[in-house]
Amino acid sequence: MRMKTLVAVLGVGAVVACAPVQSGPTSSGTDEQTGQLRVWLFDEVNRGPKEAVVKEAISEFQGKHSGVTVDVQYIQVSSRAERFKAAFSDPKSAPDVAEFGNTDLAGYVSAGGFSELDLGKWDESKDLVPSILDTAKVDGKTYGVPWFVGVRALYYRTDVFTELGLKPPATLDEIAPLAREIRQKKPELIGISAGGKYLFAALPFIWAQGGDIAKSDGGKFTAAIDSAESKAGVAKYTELIKDDICPPATCAGNGGDASVEAFRAGKAAMTIGGDFNRKSVDASSAAGKYGVVPLPGKTKGSVAPAFAGGNLLGVMKGTQRKTLANEFTQLLASKKYQQKMYTAMGNLPTFSDVQKQVAESDKFLEPFTKTLQSGTKFVPVTPAWAKIEAQTVVPTMLQEIVTGAKNVDTATADAAKTMNAAFTS
Amino acid sequence: MSVTAKGQGRTAFAYLAPALLILGGLLAYPIYQLVLISLYDYGQEQVSGGAPLEFLGLGNYRNLLGNQQFWGVLGQTVAFAAVCVVGTLLVGAFLAILATRVRTWVRMTLFLAALGAWSTPAVAGSTIWLFLFDANFGFVNEVLGIQGFSWTFDKWTAFGLVAAQVIWCSFPFVMVTLFAGIKAIPGEVLEAAALDGASAFRTAWSVTLPLLKPIILVVTIQSIIWDFKVFTQIYVMTNGGGIAGRNLVLNVYAYQQAFAASEYGLGAAIGVVMTVLLLGITMFYLRALRRSGEVL
Repeated sequence: MRMKTLVAVLGVGAVVACAPVQSGPTSSGTDEQTGQLRVWLFDEVNRGPKEAVVKEAISEFQGKHSGVTVDVQYIQVSSRAERFKAAFSDPKSAPDVAEFGNTDLAGYVSAGGFSELDLGKWDESKDLVPSILDTAKVDGKTYGVPWFVGVRALYYRTDVFTELGLKPPATLDEIAPLAREIRQKKPELIGISAGGKYLFAALPFIWAQGGDIAKSDGGKFTAAIDSAESKAGVAKYTELIKDDICPPATCAGNGGDASVEAFRAGKAAMTIGGDFNRKSVDASSAAGKYGVVPLPGKTKGSVAPAFAGGNLLGVMKGTQRKTLANEFTQLLASKKYQQKMYTAMGNLPTFSDVQKQVAESDKFLEPFTKTLQSGTKFVPVTPAWAKIEAQTVVPTMLQEIVTGAKNVDTATADAAKTMNAAFTS
Repeated sequence: MSVTAKGQGRTAFAYLAPALLILGGLLAYPIYQLVLISLYDYGQEQVSGGAPLEFLGLGNYRNLLGNQQFWGVLGQTVAFAAVCVVGTLLVGAFLAILATRVRTWVRMTLFLAALGAWSTPAVAGSTIWLFLFDANFGFVNEVLGIQGFSWTFDKWTAFGLVAAQVIWCSFPFVMVTLFAGIKAIPGEVLEAAALDGASAFRTAWSVTLPLLKPIILVVTIQSIIWDFKVFTQIYVMTNGGGIAGRNLVLNVYAYQQAFAASEYGLGAAIGVVMTVLLLGITMFYLRALRRSGEVL
């Protein structure tokens, strides 16, 4: 009899809890005009200058709105996924305004985390660079304001190039022979520090050939990594990670940071680095003896389309202070504060006129703004991309090729298969 | 059943109830949830309420078992765990026997060193090993005169390095437990064997080993479970599964394919498969021992 009771109890329990838990933000409907506005921003290695600018914006904001306080929390980039997932699942712990990476956007939006923004009434918004604003859109709707943008170009060692009587490459096809020549003449140097996990260095090679990761047909994505153009780009990039340029034993496991690190250590003649790498390169053994040019495209004088990385500011869906959150987002992302953030942190602004302004005052930025103006591209805007990235589909494909485990045809075909599975799931 | 026996049963149940409650809460409920989640398409959208739940039945399992990579990783995990278990037991047993034969200060040094390895957190231990075996600046390469050789690039050297690290941080448990076991063998038994004229080898084989069997059983099962579930060492030392994922083991695979990708349903399915596999291995091992006449 006891057994029967037990079974009955368990049975009732199973029926009561017969589905996994679900929770989530529902728009609260309330729109309070006072109280505390909570803001999440990313922590940085050297946060001081960023914090100072943010504090200035806060005091301006609080001056305009009496009875409003702004509380900023700095969260770690490395644990952002967990923090945001937690915030989406429990609106009580969520902020009203948050900074987030533009590659995370699609996933966050489909999780129901951010609310759509209406930038129509905001005058300054018309000066946002269109291809950068696109990185804040999902299905044509805007969910964030681009706060700053990061773009990569070709770093090269001026001392090595002068010594060997070389000029920076003028086309994408010249990079491999040039890098090979340098390594031949200076075997202690890596020709160009490329990495098997350095997706954002590989993408311009694919885009320059006219290929892409995936193509969208009315929001439905299919992999394009196995197209003839994409394969040509993949072949061009993986050619760099060979013993005569960048030995796989050293380079195959490298991501962006490690690739730039080899350049910083003075072990590489070239690398692909971002405007955001400047400070760290200036503090390394390569300081004072390097130059930057846009990564060349297929033809002379063209620029390979770069990946438009960067961070957005957005308003969370569950916020109870929608108007205030919108206003604070527009203030912090305004021209005035982007200019200040550039001075403080070196972050590239997202307004075309502010970009021009800072490039004129700082010659270093020219190759980067030139890259931005010649058109940037982006990863597929779909929540499936976050999955593809987490499953390291593209890096695995590159590594399979550079280690000789698979040839370009097989590796790209397999990657396309995995991606299509993610797109359709 | 007599009245008193029934009463006794009730009393026993009352005494056991708190433990049962805790076990139920800590084991049964999570496993129930794990199995439940594994039957759904349960991603971040579903967790935070952005999309409706979809019941897949055995869909996640079909998906998993139909995936070639899963089988490759599973085979790799079994082989890797087997090497680690055998290595750990051999090193641990050898050092335990050594400890019974050396002078006190040597034994103390050995124990202190082993405890140091044992108490080092896995992440710290893995990172220190990486430093030691760094291609350019590592101490090991400097001593061997092979600067520039990458231990973590090749599939087999990478697995070997990680296996050595796993053995390094898990042999102390085996050593200490076996040492205690050897010390607990009554002196008279060994004396009797000696009086009967048994050689040292014969004594070890026919007297010490059978007496240690229950302890060896425990450390073996523990080692199998630990080494099958290795995560930190592979994740840290091979940078998340090696070049092109060729050093993946099941736990890291589950993390990468499922949890990092917010595919909790699939992740739960991998978890269930792992639990079933480990239970299976343990049962098989226990039955094999019982058949060989061991009282368990």
